[in-house]
Amino acid sequence: MAELNAKIPAGPLAEKWTNYKAHQKLVNPSNKRRLDIIVVGTGLAGGSAAASLGELGFNVLNFCIQDSPRRAHSIAAQGGINAAKNYQNDGDSVYRLFYDTIKGGDYRAREANVHRLAEVSGSIIDQCVAQGVPFAREYGGLLDNRSFGGAQVSRTFYAKGQTGQQLLLGAYSALSRQVNKGNVKMFTRHEMLDVVIIDGRARGIIARNLITGKIERFSAHAVVIATGGYGNTFFLSTNAMASNGSAAIQCYHKGACFANPAFAQIHPTCVPQHGDFQSKLTLMSESLRNDGRIWVPKKKEDAEAIRAGKLKGADIKEEDRDYYLERRYPAFGNLVPRDVASRAAKERCDAGFGVNATGLAVFLDFSAAINRLGKDVVEARYGNLFQMYEKIVDENPYETPMMIYPAIHYTMGGLWVDYELMTNVQGLFAIGEANFSDHGANRLGASALMQGLADGYFILPYTIQNYLADQIQVPRFSTDLKEFNEAEKAVNDKITKLMNIKGKSSVDSLHKELGHIMWNYVGMGRTKEGLDIGLKKLAELKKKFWSDLFIPGDKNDFNTELDKALRLSDFIEIGELMALDSLSRNESCGGHFREEYQTPEGEALRDDEHYAYASCWKYAGADKTPEMIKEDLTYEFIHRQTRNYKS
Amino acid sequence: MEKTINITLKIWRQKGPKAQGGFQTYKLDKVSTDCSFLEMLDILNEQLINKGEEPIAFDHDCREGICGMCSLYINGHPHGPDTQVTTCQLHMRKFKDGETITIEPWRSAGFPVIRDLMVDRGAYDKIIQAGGYVNVNTGGVPDANSTPISKIDADEAMDSASCIGCGACAAACKNGSAMLFVSAKVSQLALLPQGRVEAAARAKAMVAKMDEVGFGNCTNTRQCEAECPKGISISNIARLNREFLKATLKS
Ligand SMILES: Cc1cc2nc3c(=O)[nH]c(=O)nc-3n(C[C@H](O)[C@H](O)[C@H](O)COP(=O)(O)OP(=O)(O)OC[C@H]3O[C@@H](n4cnc5c(N)ncnc54)[C@H](O)[C@@H]3O)c2cc1C
Ligand code: SF4
Ligand code: FES
Repeated sequence: MAELNAKIPAGPLAEKWTNYKAHQKLVNPSNKRRLDIIVVGTGLAGGSAAASLGELGFNVLNFCIQDSPRRAHSIAAQGGINAAKNYQNDGDSVYRLFYDTIKGGDYRAREANVHRLAEVSGSIIDQCVAQGVPFAREYGGLLDNRSFGGAQVSRTFYAKGQTGQQLLLGAYSALSRQVNKGNVKMFTRHEMLDVVIIDGRARGIIARNLITGKIERFSAHAVVIATGGYGNTFFLSTNAMASNGSAAIQCYHKGACFANPAFAQIHPTCVPQHGDFQSKLTLMSESLRNDGRIWVPKKKEDAEAIRAGKLKGADIKEEDRDYYLERRYPAFGNLVPRDVASRAAKERCDAGFGVNATGLAVFLDFSAAINRLGKDVVEARYGNLFQMYEKIVDENPYETPMMIYPAIHYTMGGLWVDYELMTNVQGLFAIGEANFSDHGANRLGASALMQGLADGYFILPYTIQNYLADQIQVPRFSTDLKEFNEAEKAVNDKITKLMNIKGKSSVDSLHKELGHIMWNYVGMGRTKEGLDIGLKKLAELKKKFWSDLFIPGDKNDFNTELDKALRLSDFIEIGELMALDSLSRNESCGGHFREEYQTPEGEALRDDEHYAYASCWKYAGADKTPEMIKEDLTYEFIHRQTRNYKS
Repeated sequence: MEKTINITLKIWRQKGPKAQGGFQTYKLDKVSTDCSFLEMLDILNEQLINKGEEPIAFDHDCREGICGMCSLYINGHPHGPDTQVTTCQLHMRKFKDGETITIEPWRSAGFPVIRDLMVDRGAYDKIIQAGGYVNVNTGGVPDANSTPISKIDADEAMDSASCIGCGACAAACKNGSAMLFVSAKVSQLALLPQGRVEAAARAKAMVAKMDEVGFGNCTNTRQCEAECPKGISISNIARLNREFLKATLKS
């Protein structure tokens, strides 16, 4: 069986990164200009990496699907970014952030990576402030913080409810500066369709120009994948419409391992679904749980009356409300981690206490906060979120409690990477949500922005040099090489095949079917039985996709249906990987909840003896079951415990 | 409460940048008023695809009013009749049963049509590339709390920074001016000590680029402010003018 080497540096935990940097190989300035790096993606991870690599003097080619790098999905992040600054003097430290992240991830992440993340977190905030990111401030002029789930300190920096926007615009400004200097060349509306491997190393990509439909070739000394997560496998998610998992699948087909695909995060506070025509679900930031209290009626008859439209949330008396998170988890209350909050909502709704016409919603109530702080303060904190809610639901959350329900939001799984953020394919790196590295089985709120920027600003620009230092003698590659011919031919063949199906089903209709299968069988509560059914249904859907799909228009032209079909074929494969991985993991941990494995109180039952590893799936060929390679997660520095948010 | 309405759509269709475009009329029945405007277009597109036709091309991504990808000139208004929302946040409850809705792309010299309702807004990126940043490299910057910034300035900078780069301002302007967009970035950075140092030079470089890429002059018609989905105020333009004047005096 193949082995995966995480290349974790030796030495005490807190010194690993410093030691690594002190001993790694670097590329001198004049050689940097001779080295080309492809960065796919312009989100927080890709944008910050492309900018920083450009600043260092590398020749960077940067790709994205949208019409501008500023529109990457990171722009939509609302709540905030964590950093161990301890500005609040409330006992925070690098160690505590590291510990919270490991614990929040249910002890399924690598210690060394997470510690490094906590170490560089402070520099991110410094960097962003220097770029002109307008973080929220106190009256004294210093930076303000808020709390997020899974932490007992206030370490989250924010810019209103638009933190992702402001951080991305910061990275975009740094990127724009490098474009102006000629160090970064931007390719917008270009979608990567394959990675090109020459002698075992990643040396380029094949991309489709989304305006002209032309297939184009690009070569480089290294390729960085920063293409985000695969949450849209579920069709309905909080992700943007173009978010996809295709680049990861392309790399997987070329030998890179796909790690922990089952670990997907269901976010507890999203606007509930309202109709079949719905195209996406909207997140209501976790920051709302700072001041909002979550409840359902105590009495079933009240819940029934609300569902029937006879009563409203505000009509239910205080003593008839069940603040179930405060009841079950007194120590963390409404601020328990996401996986815990989501399951608790599902539990109440399944038990018949759900509200909304569908019975699939719980209340998030601000009346206590408005009484305590005044409407103005609440508006200053969450005004844009309240407005967003009102536009969608047509109800005023200052007067009626919000209704929320869990939805798929983030994917912890992704391309396996070592300590240097390199996949098991030489010269192929993965950063941001696209990799699997830091969040284990569950990501804490405000930690994705931190990880994306840590990877892009402060980690990859170092570690990639350790690889490139050996490559300075390698001349630029011609895109006429046979490996490029073959890769382009494979892409063209796939497109032709898709166009020639000429069936009856639209891409979206099949994607919705995929979403239903995923939510019902590979969703919040998984069972062996359900996963078996799910896998069968996925195989049927795959058959239907390849025999009944219909794409109008021309393959050599602008064609959004073709773009979506290519992504959907990969989503189906990701769905299968998620189901396989869920089936192989006979335990519950973090976002992965197998109903067979729970405590009598309904909490996740982890099995460290048998499952303390990352499951890394290696492609074995079309229609063959992939091989699973285990990366054992050894905990040298902290002791694994059952997560406890009760006391 | 959910209702449904029947509508007629007059939609601009254009095969490519150089092709001749024109309006096509479509009827759509029983549209739920809980539908967003783009979901309504999804429904229409699904019907077109099922008839073997090509769907209507329009830009969109986040569908929650933050990425700035969606556009559309709806019944004569960029982002439609509702105030302070983007097209993707517009809901069908804002329309009446039996209504005819006209949908066009942004029309502005700076934004050539790509296809149907999709335009090329690359010019906005070029303006930012000309100077919409603070000249700092990654690393080696001071501690974030080393320079206190008054909450008032920080909040004002945040208001300016809320611009999503959608282009509605230029699309709304009879002169096709991009001043609101440019001024929002210039103001955000001028209000903060980190960006203050280069404020005048930045204003000059960005305005020069704006002229170069085909946007018109600002004559204070305030149409941009009225149509901006993020409530960006034209007081930003006054600040830009001050910085611009400083730059011209200096040189
Ligand atoms: C609504 C919402 C709110 C959130 N709020 C928070 C928060 O408050 N705090 C927090 O920490 N996290 C938050 N997150 C999570 C966080 O935003 C994401 O995990 C993070 O932004 C991902 O960044 P990224 O750079 O890895 O990828 P993305 O931002 O998704 O960027 C992906 C990039 O890759 C490009 N791309 C993808 N595929 C291809 C391809 N094949 N070819 C070319 N280009 C491609 C895209 O065009 C894009 O530029 C939130 C997420 C959502 C959905
Ligand atoms: S100023 Fe307003 S209208 Fe103009 S690009 Fe920014 S958000 Fe859009
Ligand atoms: S689709 Fe992102 S702002 Fe409308």
